[in-house]
Amino acid sequence: MTDDQQLRVSKIKNGTVIDHIAGGQALNVLAILGIDGGSGDALSVAMNVPSDRLGKKDIVKIEGRELSQAEVDVLSLIAPAASINIVREYDVVEKHRVERPEVVEGVLECPNHNCISTKDEPVESRFAVTDDGVRCEYCETIIRDDLPAHILVE
Amino acid sequence: MRHDHIISAKQLSRADIEEVLDHAATIAADPTAFADRHSDTLLGLLFFEPSTRTKMSFATAMKRLGGDIVDMGSVESSSVKKGESLADTVRVVEGYADALVLRHPMEGSAKMASEFVDVPLVNAGDGAGQHPTQTLLDLYTIRENAGFDDLTIGIMGDLKYGRTVHSLAHALTTVDAHQHFISPESLQLPRSVRYDLHEQGADVREHTDLDEILPALDVLYVTRIQRERFPDESEYREVAGQYQIDTGTLDAAKDDLTVMHPLPRVDEIAHEVDRTDHAKYFEQAHNGVPVRMALLDLILGGEPR
Repeated sequence: MTDDQQLRVSKIKNGTVIDHIAGGQALNVLAILGIDGGSGDALSVAMNVPSDRLGKKDIVKIEGRELSQAEVDVLSLIAPAASINIVREYDVVEKHRVERPEVVEGVLECPNHNCISTKDEPVESRFAVTDDGVRCEYCETIIRDDLPAHILVE
Repeated sequence: MRHDHIISAKQLSRADIEEVLDHAATIAADPTAFADRHSDTLLGLLFFEPSTRTKMSFATAMKRLGGDIVDMGSVESSSVKKGESLADTVRVVEGYADALVLRHPMEGSAKMASEFVDVPLVNAGDGAGQHPTQTLLDLYTIRENAGFDDLTIGIMGDLKYGRTVHSLAHALTTVDAHQHFISPESLQLPRSVRYDLHEQGADVREHTDLDEILPALDVLYVTRIQRERFPDESEYREVAGQYQIDTGTLDAAKDDLTVMHPLPRVDEIAHEVDRTDHAKYFEQAHNGVPVRMALLDLILGGEPR
């Protein structure tokens, strides 16, 4: 991040900084991580800041929480260019790019209302991740566009 | 067969298909030789929506192998009516039967149910999804009448919601058939099936008019255009009439064209076609018994004789 961008969102002591989210997707990133600010932890969001790589990008800083690999995998669905910075005592101790997982479970709701995964059965939704979208492993419905609209909200 | 559960035609390789069809041919040649094959076996029938042919042919197949059936009965008379989940139902019936056959109105139901049971589970139709055993008997009928070599097949009717079509289209990629899909634009193949056919490199063409392709076909597979899918009755009437065949229609076809239909039909094939050599749909329905006998025998641990 540039100094200018750091000014927009203050440094965190411990937690995660998600950088290089495509402009406008930060709130969807928070939704997919189940973060709504209700836990009381500090949260900073910068949206549509200039980026050499993306034109415009969003940045999310989450105080007091280090993302798990599973969460990072899921992030890749809507923020494939994102980088994850794990911060401890104000220093970045880990930095890595997201990678698309093969399968995501319990994250997206199948848009097919006749899919068994949308009913009151003891299973979580499960989608295979394809090159250009995701595919329900129960009914095989393919979602290519507007993935955030299908994020399951607890 | 390597598969414990038969969920989708996509899981069946060419070798799997040939194994079932060859075994079915052996059984059809001498069914009595298999009459005590599975005399201690119980097949659980879980049909959550009406079915005549599929249910009866599974029951017949099991009984002709010497076994018996336990039938959940209608949804109205079962614990499903009390709100029991599908996952619970299959787990309970698993304790009664050696294998399960499931027909359910929701897509993905067989896949989900199979995750909760250890006995083999066969998908007998899951909503608009898949119907793999119908496909096996379809393939048996095609192989008997037209062969698999350089096969050109037209599949006509409701391609969007027709589970028999979805299963058949997947399976036909294993025999490198030339597939022509004929339907109103509103009832074309769903995106997921197109995706798979594309991934398989299948030779696929789409048409709205049967006349464009009829003379080139070895097999014409007709399905019912489902009136209940149309929001407007007049829209249904507009397209339904275009997809009816009679003996006049077939004048343009090859003399040895095989006409098939998974049944039930309504008015998409005129009864006068029944009397022609083209009509194979009743033979197709009858093939359900030896094919399902073969499949059950294989998944229950029988070795081809």
